[in-house]
Amino acid sequence: MPEELRAVADNKAPVIEPGYTFGTVTEKISAIVLTRPASNGWFVGFGLAFMLTMMMLYAVGYLFVKGIGIWGDTIPIGWGFAIINFVWWIGIGHAGTLISAILLLLRQSWRNSINRFAEAMTLFAVACAGLFPAIHVGRPWLAYWLFPYPNTMRVWPQFRSPLMWDVFAVSTYATISALFWFIGLIPDLATLRDRTDKHSLKIIYGMLSFGWRGSARHWHRYETAYLLLAGLATPLVLSVHTVVSFDFAIGIVPGWHTTIFPPYFVAGAIYSGFAMVLMLAIPIRKIYGLEDFITERHLQNSAKVMLATGLIVAYGYGVEAFMGWYGGDRYDAFTLWNRLHGPYAPEYYALLACNIFIPQLLWIRRLRKSPVGLFLISGVILVGMWLERFIIVVVSLHRDFLTSSWGMYYPTRWDWMTFIGTLGMFLAAMFLFLRLLPAISIFEMRTLLPEAEVKE
Amino acid sequence: MKRDPIYGMMAEFDSATALVDAARKTHQAGYKKIDAYSPFPIEDLAEAIGFHHDEVPLVVLIGGLVGGLSGYLMQYWISAVDYPLNVGGRPYHSWPAFIVITFEMTILFAGVSAVFGMLALNGLPMPYHPVFNVPRFSAASKDRFFLIVFSSDKNYHSADTRKFLEGLAPRSISEVPS
Repeated sequence: MPEELRAVADNKAPVIEPGYTFGTVTEKISAIVLTRPASNGWFVGFGLAFMLTMMMLYAVGYLFVKGIGIWGDTIPIGWGFAIINFVWWIGIGHAGTLISAILLLLRQSWRNSINRFAEAMTLFAVACAGLFPAIHVGRPWLAYWLFPYPNTMRVWPQFRSPLMWDVFAVSTYATISALFWFIGLIPDLATLRDRTDKHSLKIIYGMLSFGWRGSARHWHRYETAYLLLAGLATPLVLSVHTVVSFDFAIGIVPGWHTTIFPPYFVAGAIYSGFAMVLMLAIPIRKIYGLEDFITERHLQNSAKVMLATGLIVAYGYGVEAFMGWYGGDRYDAFTLWNRLHGPYAPEYYALLACNIFIPQLLWIRRLRKSPVGLFLISGVILVGMWLERFIIVVVSLHRDFLTSSWGMYYPTRWDWMTFIGTLGMFLAAMFLFLRLLPAISIFEMRTLLPEAEVKE
Repeated sequence: MKRDPIYGMMAEFDSATALVDAARKTHQAGYKKIDAYSPFPIEDLAEAIGFHHDEVPLVVLIGGLVGGLSGYLMQYWISAVDYPLNVGGRPYHSWPAFIVITFEMTILFAGVSAVFGMLALNGLPMPYHPVFNVPRFSAASKDRFFLIVFSSDKNYHSADTRKFLEGLAPRSISEVPS
């Protein structure tokens, strides 16, 4: 049964509004790139994002001159913003892979209209994430020492360290995400090549599409490769945040050394990632008139995913607190007390509000149908997930075993400039992506149309 | 060898159903060197033109095995042979610690083989191809469906093949210059 009819039968909002044909879907999506002039709003938005990017480059440039002493990192809190932001960004990326790979394997065809820009979001988020550990190593020009390569120093990396696992997990994730995104683009780049009137664009899109011509043999291998890649990306994405959580869980610091970390990190990653997807999708569908393709159904499904993963995260907090109380380890018990009553207690209560209590509003159907409401809640969740990493990194480190080594963490303006700057870099990349490449997968949208069905 | 000035005969169809139907009939009529073009993947089409051997999974399997083995052996050789470091008396060959990177390398190599294997088997990148000489072919990436019988097919005969394709009720027929 075609998707359109199935939606009607299930009494759900359709994945794609009825009345579209192969031609109109193609025209509508490719017009954003090919014919629609860039609006003033686009220039203003891109300009602001670009300025923030410049601010980040300034902060990073100053960091290279002065060293990480300009940040708030001190002993005992040696990780600070760099690791908080790294974990936050890489978590956001996870929703893109979940949508493109896991939902593909689960045959959730509603993903077809949001997978492309969610994958782009993944790439840009991973780029922002990758920046932080690289500039955090102190001598960033030597960051390549992280990779095992034969060198004249005759030393090798330590493979028993979770930080090394992280290097491999994140670089594999970045590579596979980029490949997945690119092979998804190939048929659409061919469409743009054939639609544009400009000779120069024809050549550029023609080269980028590798001369794709839609042969049945090619499609067959393409589909196999795409499906296998989805099958590979699925365990990969789950492994990446698991490995990120190992950075903490393998250590002995109270508040880090727990076995609940991997599942609750993965759920938290997907939680924040879907919040970012919604924060991007809601304005994009409005501004570019794509409400017919990114329908109420997509918003509702994303809201439900957030609700589910949010509850897993809440369970994670619950287990952490329970183990602190029940486990009998006095340092763990103190970590719990310190979260609730220590100097960073306001952040902890803000975290509980943002990640657990406010998102419960998503149980209300009316709210799940309201783009503005979803947009606001997504913003709250993104703040909450950032606070979660703040609590994990800072509050665990600032008071560990020895009272003599306790300390406080105060981020400096360079910390804030770098963090806000990466938000600008992320948005600037998204703005460019929207104008230069099809933000919705055109060929996958065609397969959702009733006329794509082959009748025997 | 002199190149045939004609690459093949191409017929255009309106729908996926018509294309699959026509492809099946053409294949059954004894034309073996044929291909079909569509704006999105159609499940039955590859089978209809008689394409069964998809080597992509094998390439991915080999890639994954090579990646996993090289990942593990790299860690073993570095940690136990070339640069043994005694950290708290732990064994040099501490295999549980090597699992994560072995897994990541398996995925990396398998994924890279999937993409580049697919492109290589498809003969891409290939910016020029004779089918692009047909002006109407630009719709193959939008809403039209095409079937081609290559002139290298042993049953290919300009007039007869055209007549046969006309019998399939296409929207148009064109000869593809090479």
